[in-house]
Amino acid sequence: MPDLGLNVLFEGRNFVRLLGGLWTALWIALAAMAASVVLGLPMGVLMTSRHRLVKLALRGYLEAIRVLPQLVLLFVFYFDLTYVTGVNLSPELAAFIVFTLWGTAEMGDLVRGAITAIPLHQYQSGYALGLKPSQVQAFVVLPQSVRRLLPLAVNLVTRMVKTTSLIVLIGVTEVLKVGQQIIDRNRFQYPDAALWVYATIFLLYFLACFPISRLAQTLERRFAV
Amino acid sequence: MPTIRSPHSPRVAAATVTVLAALAALGGCGSTQAGDPVTSAPAETVTSAPAVTTEAPTTATGSFRSVADIQAAGSIKIGVFSDKAPFGSVDANGDYTGYDIEYGNRIGQDLGVTVEYVPVEAASRVSFLETGKVDLILANFTVTAERAEKVDFLNPYMKVALGVASPEAAPITDIAQLAGKKVIVVKGTTAETYLAANYPDFDVTKYEQYTEATSALLDGRGDAWVTDNTEALAWTKANPGFTTGITSLGPADTIAGAVQKGNKDLLDWLNAELVTLGAENFFHQDFELTLEPVYGDVVDPDELVVEGGQV
Repeated sequence: MPDLGLNVLFEGRNFVRLLGGLWTALWIALAAMAASVVLGLPMGVLMTSRHRLVKLALRGYLEAIRVLPQLVLLFVFYFDLTYVTGVNLSPELAAFIVFTLWGTAEMGDLVRGAITAIPLHQYQSGYALGLKPSQVQAFVVLPQSVRRLLPLAVNLVTRMVKTTSLIVLIGVTEVLKVGQQIIDRNRFQYPDAALWVYATIFLLYFLACFPISRLAQTLERRFAV
Repeated sequence: MPTIRSPHSPRVAAATVTVLAALAALGGCGSTQAGDPVTSAPAETVTSAPAVTTEAPTTATGSFRSVADIQAAGSIKIGVFSDKAPFGSVDANGDYTGYDIEYGNRIGQDLGVTVEYVPVEAASRVSFLETGKVDLILANFTVTAERAEKVDFLNPYMKVALGVASPEAAPITDIAQLAGKKVIVVKGTTAETYLAANYPDFDVTKYEQYTEATSALLDGRGDAWVTDNTEALAWTKANPGFTTGITSLGPADTIAGAVQKGNKDLLDWLNAELVTLGAENFFHQDFELTLEPVYGDVVDPDELVVEGGQV
């Protein structure tokens, strides 16, 4: 059979549509990651707090987010929120909120880990130099924490990008859904198009995630303590 | 160690609270429609209900929109499949096409509004309607008693039954011919339950996947494949040497659009629209345009198409 399913990719605007789907997935993941960094930093600092109530609340939040599958959270924010309160979020916004809640929890835990890894003598040396507690945090603890943190945070980005494949279930047409649309459209003429389309999506995910993952490696090497 | 860090907590806590509040506010911005979709659905016995929704659309009568609301907004949201050709799919240019889409376009035209298509998944069709995220579902929605408790179905615009695909060399044109033959079905389909209930003596081989069933038929491991008639027609059209000898077997299910429970105003308008469309044989034209290229001319359109909402 001379008809290659490969041709399907270049028919009409199909390839552009796939790239558009990838972009949808990427911007939701990246925007959520940016918000997660902003929210996760204070959360991580708070998690090292001595107040038991604060610690308990944050620990509870982290565990709750961790045990719930992201898919459940997506349904809660897209459908259940409307059932209960009448508030109607766009699927993209619901996805952004869910990924931010998840990212904040994960990020907070990473920050907590990075801070507690700073040895006590670093604090003591800071105080010995006459720095105020806030200055010790700002100039001694946080810079060192951030170095430990960066590679881990970048890893979280790639996990987020991959998890965006779930958002199709609340009606966001991301790269995987575009792929399914193309496959179904050509189901009768090119039954083997699925192979080509999925291979292309694999490549697109790889092209998106590989540089990010390399960045994590590079940072890890540069910041090696 | 912790003793050193504790002094900062309150301030950072304040910052965190501020940021979280900002996020909450951001979430709030997204709310476009107020109203309570769950508790507001009028009782099923209501006969003169439309006045409630049309006169006071802004009060908490539900998150659904009446015909007047939709026309005032200038667009109707229709939930459709985006990957179920030939009913609803997206072409290479990114445009929606299919049997359901032709119908949706016509509804938009007659309402005088633009149509905003929302891609839905089979499992979430009811939720999309219940939460008012779409006004209407036209996604090859089979009418069942269970679904009718949650949504209001329009009158049907299509019907489906079972079909039997077999080799042209040894066509099966009557169900009685299947006695003593090897019959192929896919597990979990209507075909499996129908044969088990009505023809328990048949020699039935069950496969997990559609592709396994079709290759079994191609290989000659079976004499006939019983499945949805639309599926049988599409497959035999694409595979020369095979024919759908029986195009309508077993009880027919109807396919209909659906609106949110209680949206009688829109329901009545759409049912009246079906009568208008029936007068001009709209769905036969729709069939020729979208289904015939896929199903071929083996099937009589009247076996699939329902005009005027009357089976």
